[in-house]
Amino acid sequence: MKKLVHRLGIPGSIALAIVTLFVLVAILAPWIAPYPLQGAGAPNVIAKLQPPSASYWLGTDHLGRDILSRIIYGTRVSLTNGLLIVAFSLLIGLPVGLAAGYFGGWIDEALMRGTDVFLAFPALLLAVLMAAALGPGFLNSIIAVAVTWWPWYARLARAEVLVLRGQPYVEAARLSGVSHPRIIIRHILPATGRPLTVQAALDVGPALLTAAALSFLGLGILPPTADWGQMVDAGRKFFPARWWYSAMPGMTIFIIALAFSVLGDALRDRKGGASRASA
Amino acid sequence: MELLRYILRRMLLSAFVVVGVTFLVFVVAQVVPSDPAALYAGPRPTAEQIEKARQELNLDAPLQARFATFATAMASGDFGISYKSRRLIAEDLRAYLPATLELAVFSTGLALLIGIPLGVVAAAHQGRWADRLGSFGSIAAVAMPTFFLAMILQLVFAQWLGILPLSGRLSREIAISAPLQMITGFNLIDAILAGRFDVFGDALAHLILPALTLASYPAGVAMRLTRSAMIEILERRHIVAARALGLSEPRILFGHALPNAMGPALTVIGLSFAYALTGAVLVEIIFAWPGLGRYVSEAILAKDFPVIAAVTMVVTICYVVMNLLIDIAQALVDPRVALS
Repeated sequence: MKKLVHRLGIPGSIALAIVTLFVLVAILAPWIAPYPLQGAGAPNVIAKLQPPSASYWLGTDHLGRDILSRIIYGTRVSLTNGLLIVAFSLLIGLPVGLAAGYFGGWIDEALMRGTDVFLAFPALLLAVLMAAALGPGFLNSIIAVAVTWWPWYARLARAEVLVLRGQPYVEAARLSGVSHPRIIIRHILPATGRPLTVQAALDVGPALLTAAALSFLGLGILPPTADWGQMVDAGRKFFPARWWYSAMPGMTIFIIALAFSVLGDALRDRKGGASRASA
Repeated sequence: MELLRYILRRMLLSAFVVVGVTFLVFVVAQVVPSDPAALYAGPRPTAEQIEKARQELNLDAPLQARFATFATAMASGDFGISYKSRRLIAEDLRAYLPATLELAVFSTGLALLIGIPLGVVAAAHQGRWADRLGSFGSIAAVAMPTFFLAMILQLVFAQWLGILPLSGRLSREIAISAPLQMITGFNLIDAILAGRFDVFGDALAHLILPALTLASYPAGVAMRLTRSAMIEILERRHIVAARALGLSEPRILFGHALPNAMGPALTVIGLSFAYALTGAVLVEIIFAWPGLGRYVSEAILAKDFPVIAAVTMVVTICYVVMNLLIDIAQALVDPRVALS
């Protein structure tokens, strides 16, 4: 524990603790939410738009649902959003980058110019276009963001492969007649996987932020499932008089995104130190 | 010579990217949606109406023919008609694009104006509380959801303090009783051209909050980049010499060190402009800013694909051109860029 704090620094450790806390909240949602039924979407019309109080710590929404419970349930959607966006993006970006870097030549040129086209869009706009075409919904919004996200991993994977391709052990494998797919999967992928996974883990925060923006625009998961971005949007009609409706989920998004980015900074600093030491 | 080759290569690549973008927008806007004809035919269409719409939209033609039609139309600036309003999209764009560009330009200026001095101050106090506070601020600026920041600014400056307007681009009194004649479409410039300084002040007041929202993230980046460039430069000999001569600290920082640390400014301009174009979708809804972002968000709700496609095309092309210009400017400032 002490070692971890030393490695990440105090801000980094606090950030890690916050991220861990959110993961726990997501897993334990039905058991820790004060009003699990309302968290899942059941209306509670006798307590519409109440300010924060002892029985509703963060107030209630326009259907009288406890906002704290809604936020706790929304943690599930947001974290899964972030994780799946990154996972889908890796699933597309990694093979593209590996192939481009390993084979080089026209394959590289074709794949990377294709990647450039996706990078030419302002990211949110392409995601909005995709999401509008696919229609709102949980999986669709994830696909829409992943479409704008994968090119970064393709570039990163390609850059890693370019370094590895010339390594003696890869040359040796090639000379001893190992097939291309086998070299890529057995010898190159494990070495590129590591830096990419670190990057991907850190991207969960920004990915979740983008997903929140889509659901704010009404292109995310559909109600009654609790979702932070959608809660901020729904609360806008009652803002600023009933400020808590928008402000509480808004703050939550801010806190988790902040935790991810502080953690990212801490890890980057550590990684830089480690590579200098090993060089 | 190298420089010229670099510029030509970048221009060629940009042209290629624009073709790719057109294709991708075509696929997403015309092929992915389940039934464009039903949308085109309006609410509760009959089978004949849908069939008629299919023919009007030429949906039965082969895909490559449809793409050719789409690409030629886009290239000639013919974006078609909105499904919802049946208005010419090109005309709508002419009204909305300047509003978004005005916001983007203004917020970029604001980002530089806030970020660069803060970066200088942070570098001068490296490692001390002002620096740490600044670093935290720049991280917080990245993590803040744009739409939430917009609402907080509205709450504080419009609702509580009442010093800035809540939303809109001009006050209703001005818009109704004495509308500004549209010359460039940029309210600030049009007001000066018309010699109406009351309108200028009003337009400026409306611009501040949305621009500040969009400027927060690039200002954070500008601050970080300026800080690290300044720290490097403050160790150079001419700064030591200036100190030895007894020049005042502000003069050393802003007169001798900062001009050498302006490299990142170009990067920030590009980034900020891009961010403003993207963030416009969120910010314009909240501030009721009559620009492309609000236009496209209304189109999303109505599944008005020609409008969504047109806005995506126009904004992406602005973005590609901006990136091209920045790359060229960077190569002109620092010829080493062209060689790498």
